[in-house]
Amino acid sequence: MSGLLELHDVSLSFKGVRALNALSFSVAKGEICALIGPNGAGKSSLLNVINGVYRADAGDIVFDGLRFEAIHPQKAAHLGIGRTFQHNALFRRLSVRENVLAGLSRHGNASFFENIFRLGRDGAERHGFLARAERTMSFLGLDRHAGKIVSTLPYGLQKRVDLARALVAGPKLLLLDEPMAGMNQEEKEEMSRVIREVNRVFGSTVVLIEHDVGIVLNLASHVVVLDYGRKLADGAPDEVRKNPDVIAAYLGTVH
Amino acid sequence: MTTLQESAPTKPLRRPALGVGTIAIVAGLVAAFAVPALADDYWLSSIIIPTVIMGLAGIGLNLLMGYTGLVSIGSAAFMSIGAFSTYNLLLRAPFLPLPVVLILAGLIAAAAGVIFGLPSLRIKGFYLGASTLGAQFFFEWLFTNFSWFSNDSQSLTISAPRLQILDYDLQSATGRYYLVIATTVLLIALAFAIVKSRVGREWMAIRDMDVAASVIGIRVARRKLLSFGISSFFLGIAGALWAFGYLGTSDAHAFNLDKSFQILFIVIIGGVATIFGNFLGAAFIVLTPILLDRLSLVIDLSFLGDQGALANLQHIIFGTIIIVLLIKEPDGLSSLGRRGVEALRSRTRSSG
Repeated sequence: MSGLLELHDVSLSFKGVRALNALSFSVAKGEICALIGPNGAGKSSLLNVINGVYRADAGDIVFDGLRFEAIHPQKAAHLGIGRTFQHNALFRRLSVRENVLAGLSRHGNASFFENIFRLGRDGAERHGFLARAERTMSFLGLDRHAGKIVSTLPYGLQKRVDLARALVAGPKLLLLDEPMAGMNQEEKEEMSRVIREVNRVFGSTVVLIEHDVGIVLNLASHVVVLDYGRKLADGAPDEVRKNPDVIAAYLGTVH
Repeated sequence: MTTLQESAPTKPLRRPALGVGTIAIVAGLVAAFAVPALADDYWLSSIIIPTVIMGLAGIGLNLLMGYTGLVSIGSAAFMSIGAFSTYNLLLRAPFLPLPVVLILAGLIAAAAGVIFGLPSLRIKGFYLGASTLGAQFFFEWLFTNFSWFSNDSQSLTISAPRLQILDYDLQSATGRYYLVIATTVLLIALAFAIVKSRVGREWMAIRDMDVAASVIGIRVARRKLLSFGISSFFLGIAGALWAFGYLGTSDAHAFNLDKSFQILFIVIIGGVATIFGNFLGAAFIVLTPILLDRLSLVIDLSFLGDQGALANLQHIIFGTIIIVLLIKEPDGLSSLGRRGVEALRSRTRSSG
């Protein structure tokens, strides 16, 4: 099998505690892949390994044909891996617009002197950035809030800003860490709709973490179930739903 | 796409009629130019010049601390580099005009800033602050132990061989004022250009959440070092102005740890991540001790006994004012000023 993202026997431990245990799976281009599993199953750690915030102890990752054992987060961004955070890691004293613009940083090609003296490539960069940011904000319904400081916004909107910041750079792969945490049913469905749109309109492959199994099985085309850092199941939502191990470990008890 | 709504502002709209900003800038420049006609030499030399220079130094630290979120308590070291570089360049390369010398001195300070900024790639917060102390002590030691830097003078002091631009002598109070204010105005413009550019945005992103900044592809290490460099560029030029535009004759101890802390206070009191706030902070730092001095002449404090006790009392009062200010106005004097302007504006609006 070959996909946009492949993990081969990836292991990670913190001071002897195994967070990921020889994990392998593959994400095909264009799909929405959901990672589910109880708290502490290693889901967030997995995203952190994929975009280089953590360094795996063993195993390797292939993204878009490039094989690596460890990657610097900036390199991951430049390869086209976007990311949102479980606890919004927004630039809290900046406005929504500035947060989204910051998401474009890796596309900046004007030099320092061009930037500060507004010469050469700076003009095109400023205009291009602003246009892309406005488009992304309007797509996510954030244009009304563009000038507001993000720390003053309600939580649900902050989640959207986080998504906008990752999305604006046009990532090939979008890693979403609990994009619906703390939302009510209605908001979750709205967010599902947005993610589906992102996947369809922007063509980004999505890997997301979500606890609400009902939502996940509707949204995702591919589900990977983790438990104590191991892979418990991997397949289409219907297969996973019927998997007896999954029912025993997760679906049957938690939901 | 619908038009961006001018939503009910929780903050005031930051886009007042364009004319107002331009008028304010022009008025400010005219006022700055007219100051020597209104102020006598005492005011110029002892109050206005040091306030402006310290405000400029505050900008230097604020770019690093307020905008990039990196703490430094070694600011005075970079000022001393600027001062000693200016001295040596004027002395050893007399063909260079003063503006070029100031820029070169700033660049030398910037290079030192980048080097002493290297620890910021590994450590942050309090620990980084402690490591910048290294710069503070190193340069004070360097300039007091190697007399080459002060042209082998016995007293290890440096005084500017000449202060002139195109045959205009700038030694008078007015001349020094114009040198200081012209340099400062240019550097204020540069500071605004930087913080309003992509560079400034990336600095603030790093300040607010450095992991996220890295994950979205900002070159965090490079930006941090750039911040140290630019901050030190400003500080270096401020140091040169302090040594020759204000003191006249100076030595390494004019840039001791005390001075670094003063600059830190200027940033905190004036307002973190502001440009003009630094001048409010500087005015506070420069004026408060003078006011306390004057006050002690008016009020009979002879019951305190000797002069030493009086000086200590002034320190205590000064410290108390800072503490009260920080509790009452944690965002600094600039936010107090901003609220004042808003109140005034809404009053004129309701009456008009």
